[in-house]
Amino acid sequence: MNKLQTAAEAIASIKSGMTIGIGGWGPRRKPMALVRELMRSDVTDLTVVAYGGADVGMLCAAGKVRKVVFAFVSLDFMPLEPGFRVARQSGAIEVLEIDEGMMLQGLRAASWRIPFIPTNVGLGTDVVARNPELKVIDSPYDEKEWVAMPALNMDVALIHATRCDERGVCEVASPDVYMDDLFARAAKHTIVSCDEVVATEHFADPAVARSVFWERCHTQSVVHIPGGAHPSSSDPLYGFDVKHFKAYGEAVGAGEFDAYLDVHVRGKTEDEYQAAVGGLGTIQALPLPAY
Amino acid sequence: MSEAASSYSLAELMVVAASRVFDNEGEVLATGIGLLPRLAASLAMSTTNPDLMMTDSQSYLLSKPNPVSGMKSHAGQANETWLGFRAVFDNLWSGKRHAMVGPSQIDRFGQANISALGGTYQQPKVQLLGVRGFPGNSISHGNSFFVPKHSTRVFVEGECDVVGSIGYNPDRLPKGYSLDDIDVRTVITDLCVMDFNGPNHQMRIVSLHPGVTEQEVRDNTGFELAVIDNLGVTPAPSDEQLAIIAELDPLDARAKQLKDNPPGDRRG
Repeated sequence: MNKLQTAAEAIASIKSGMTIGIGGWGPRRKPMALVRELMRSDVTDLTVVAYGGADVGMLCAAGKVRKVVFAFVSLDFMPLEPGFRVARQSGAIEVLEIDEGMMLQGLRAASWRIPFIPTNVGLGTDVVARNPELKVIDSPYDEKEWVAMPALNMDVALIHATRCDERGVCEVASPDVYMDDLFARAAKHTIVSCDEVVATEHFADPAVARSVFWERCHTQSVVHIPGGAHPSSSDPLYGFDVKHFKAYGEAVGAGEFDAYLDVHVRGKTEDEYQAAVGGLGTIQALPLPAY
Repeated sequence: MSEAASSYSLAELMVVAASRVFDNEGEVLATGIGLLPRLAASLAMSTTNPDLMMTDSQSYLLSKPNPVSGMKSHAGQANETWLGFRAVFDNLWSGKRHAMVGPSQIDRFGQANISALGGTYQQPKVQLLGVRGFPGNSISHGNSFFVPKHSTRVFVEGECDVVGSIGYNPDRLPKGYSLDDIDVRTVITDLCVMDFNGPNHQMRIVSLHPGVTEQEVRDNTGFELAVIDNLGVTPAPSDEQLAIIAELDPLDARAKQLKDNPPGDRRG
C-alpha cells in the first residue's frame, strides 16, 4: 500500500467542525507544513488537542479554531505564545484546560478505546472545578474520589516524523517521541509529514526499528516535506528558528498576523515558504538548542 | 561545610537556601524550573545529596548535572537513563520527585497559579502558560516555590485567580483526603524562607535574609503569616558552596536573574 500524498491531498481529509490532534511539544517537532496547508484551506470550527506551540497559536490567529484542549501553549524561550494569548484574551475560543499528564491519560484512553482513565490529577484545582465536562467519580475499591479523565477521541492527528517509508512506517529519531504514538492511535485518521522518505529496508536495523513507536496501520497518509517542521525543530536534523518565532510574535503583537499570512502562507507553496525563510539549506543548518 | 563566605550575592544566598529543600529527600528526581532553582537542585546533587536524580531538561537523566550556563551542545553529557516527557509522568506519579517552581501567584493555602490572571475563565485578562503539570505535581509529590520578587502581587490576598495546584484549602480538599496528605514544602523568596508548618498549615516565616525585617515580609504579603520560634537569619553560603555554584554556572548567568544583582547581606 502506498500512502504517499501531497500536503493538499492529505489535508483535504479534514472538515470543518472536526477534532484534530497535533503531535510534538511546544516549539519541537510540530508538523508545521501541514498546519500551513490547513491555514490555506477553508476549514473552520476546529477543536485542537495539543502540547501547544505555534501550531495552536497560528491556527487560532488564522480563525480556524473553535476550541483548544491544552495544558500549555508555549514556545519555551518565548513563554507566552502570541497567537494563543490574543485568542484567549479576546475570548475568541473555548477551552478545556487540563494537566499535561491528564492529556496523556486522555490520549491513552482514546487509543485503548475506553471511555476514561481514573486519576488523582486535577483534584483540588480549578481544572476540575471550572470544567463541568470533567467528572469526579467514586471508586469501587476505596473511599476516595477520582477524576474520570475522558478519552480524547480525535478525527485526525497531524504528526511530524524524521523518516517514513511509503507504507507508513515512521521513525522518530529525536530523543523524545513525546505523545505522538498516542496521538496516532487516538485518531481515526493520522497524517504524518516527514523530512525523509526511505526504503522499507531502512527499518531492518534493530536500532532503527526501536525508533518506530506505532504500527503502520495507525498511519493513513505520509507527506514528504524536507524541513516541514520549520519553524519548530526536527531533532536531530535541525533546531527551531528563534528568529522566525520572534518575527511571528512581533507580527501578532502589532496586529499584523494577516501580513505574516500573506508573506508565508496564503497563495504560497511550501517551496515558496521555504524560499522566504532562507531556503531548505538554511532550515537544515538551524542549530539544536542546548539547555 | 566550610565557613561562611564574606561576600555573596542575594541570588547565591537564595540558591543555597533553596538547595536545602533537597538535602533529606533521598533518591528522588530533583526538578528546578528556572535557572536559580535548577542551580539549587544541582548544588544539592553536587554536595549534600548525591543520590538525587536530575534531567538534562530534555530527554535523559544525568549522573552529573549539566552546567546551567555555557552549554553549547548536549553531546557528551553524562546520560544514565532515558527519561522522555512521558517517563517524567511515570516518575512523578510514583511520588519520587521534588519540584521547585516559580508561580505567578501563591495564596495563603499554598495554592499556586501559572495559568492566567484576572478576567474570567473564558476570557482571562492576561493569559500565562496554562496549568502545565501543576495539578499532577501537587497531588503526587513534594513541591517548593521560588519567588524572585516577594510582593503582594505574588502572595495574593484572596485565592489565586486560577488554582493550578492543590494546597491546604479545606474547602477544596477532595473526598478521602486530609490536609496532611498535601505536601507544599518550602518557599524561598528574595526576603526570606517560609514553610507551611504554622498552625493549621499556615504559611510561616522560617528565616529572614540578612538585613530584612519581619515587617518588610509582612508588608509584602497579602495575608497573615505565622513566625517560627527563635526566628533567625538565613545562613550565608560557604566558600565551598560558592565555588561549586561558580563551577555549575561558569558564565555567571545567576547575576542576571535578580534586578540589579543585589548583595546577599543587606545589613546597613
